[in-house]
Amino acid sequence: MQIFNLADADQGFIDEVEARSHQNVKNCYQCGNCTAGCPYTFVYDYSVSQIMRLVQTGQKDAILKCRSIWLCGSCQSCTTRCPNKIDVARVMDVCRHMAREEGYATERSVKIFADSFLESVERHGRAYELGLMASYMTRSGRVFTDVDLAPQVLMRGKLPFKPHPIQGREQVARIFERFRKGGKNA
Amino acid sequence: MLKVAYYPGCSGQGTSLEYDTSTRAVCKALDVELMDIPDWSCCGSSPAHTVNHVLSAALSARNLAQVEAMGMTKAATPCPSCLTNLRTASHKMDDPEFKDKVNALLDVPCKNSVDTQSVLQVLAENVDPELIKGKVVKPLTGIKIACYYGCIMNRPPEVMRFDHHENPMAMDNLMALLGAEVVPFPLKVECCGASYGIPRGDIVATLSGKLLDASRDVGADAIVTACPLCQMNLDLRQGQINDALRENFRIPVFYYTQLLGYALGIDRAELGFEKLCVDPRLALGRIKQPQQAM
Ligand code: SF4
Ligand code: SF4
Ligand code: SF4
Ligand code: SF4
Repeated sequence: MQIFNLADADQGFIDEVEARSHQNVKNCYQCGNCTAGCPYTFVYDYSVSQIMRLVQTGQKDAILKCRSIWLCGSCQSCTTRCPNKIDVARVMDVCRHMAREEGYATERSVKIFADSFLESVERHGRAYELGLMASYMTRSGRVFTDVDLAPQVLMRGKLPFKPHPIQGREQVARIFERFRKGGKNA
Repeated sequence: MLKVAYYPGCSGQGTSLEYDTSTRAVCKALDVELMDIPDWSCCGSSPAHTVNHVLSAALSARNLAQVEAMGMTKAATPCPSCLTNLRTASHKMDDPEFKDKVNALLDVPCKNSVDTQSVLQVLAENVDPELIKGKVVKPLTGIKIACYYGCIMNRPPEVMRFDHHENPMAMDNLMALLGAEVVPFPLKVECCGASYGIPRGDIVATLSGKLLDASRDVGADAIVTACPLCQMNLDLRQGQINDALRENFRIPVFYYTQLLGYALGIDRAELGFEKLCVDPRLALGRIKQPQQAM
């Protein structure tokens, strides 16, 4: 069992999570409903209700370093079932945003996949699946784990070989540029 | 004739081509006109909202602004993932401060005047079931179907505002109307593993494996879904799931629009059954020919 010192509470962290998620984490009374319905607990290091408790008690380090916030599938079960109407999935999202901003990537492949996806959208205006996989492989240094699927996908004409860039792709690229300039306060 | 702005979503151009073509075909047959949003761009899917909510909303809002430029207030998409992004963006932009931040990222500001729905919702709420029934030429009699809605089409209910968040029925009702036997499926809204197929295939194997297992338990000949990612995880990855779990599932996974189109007698070329990985004939063969069905 891990022991956290409640005197270490980082109030600034609590305030920031609350402000950015528009949720009042103090309302969580640890009923465990969110965890009971969370399909991802089996790969988490802290269950979603534990995450809520760690946020409540300002355990910034533990949160930003943890694996769970990268693995949440955003399935909305916790948000839908919380008796206190806390948008728990949004709290999970905000914790992941903050971890990203501080340079954490505890579940590296997940971060790289998201980066590759957004890079594809920034470049073409739409997600281009083949290009995204190539970029994911380059960045992660992984061989393509889905080689076995290639014949099925290609035979069925499911993956176009060329991206379909859209006319407004500069407009989309500018969304990303302005976002980077504005940083987290975008 | 009902007209809605249509957002096909990126996967409709690639991995779920057959969902797009069958959606267009059934809407046409049922007098719902889908007007393509000119030069639509990607909604950012889940990667965007895991990076930043303003960025994610802006990627959606560019498209909502395109709908506004068409002079329309209602949009529809077949993809629940796109739907979530578009609706969540609208929902958050009800807060003027958030809306300003979003518009600061856009060339053309979004007024936030568009209501986006799933194509399923459009059909369920605007097309008279009797009209559909009257157009059925090949009833689905004899096939047992588990309807799988995926985790986000109906959740959270405050944002999605359609059907029931624990026990949705729209596809069940539609399939029953077409003559299929709909089996009760307990995991209707459980998550399939989302877009973790590439970075963490083990997650998809476990979660989608549970869905396949449950559908076998309830005796389904096939699963019917409304989500390109669910479909891909359950169908394209069924072999990987079998390897990972030492199973031997062989359960065809259809888009609901494919079976609707089949029942309406729409040209097979538009339904794309040949794009499915698990042989659909395993299930289509169960459908009794009309003369036998008497
Ligand atoms: S369901 Fe809500 S109140 Fe219960 S533990 Fe989770 S966040 Fe806290
Ligand atoms: S949204 Fe994330 S934390 Fe909440 S139940 Fe789903 S996977 Fe678990
Ligand atoms: S959610 Fe998927 S299909 Fe929908 S637009 Fe975004 S990437 Fe494309
Ligand atoms: S069930 Fe899976 S693919 Fe379907 S909506 Fe949820 S995460 Fe997306």
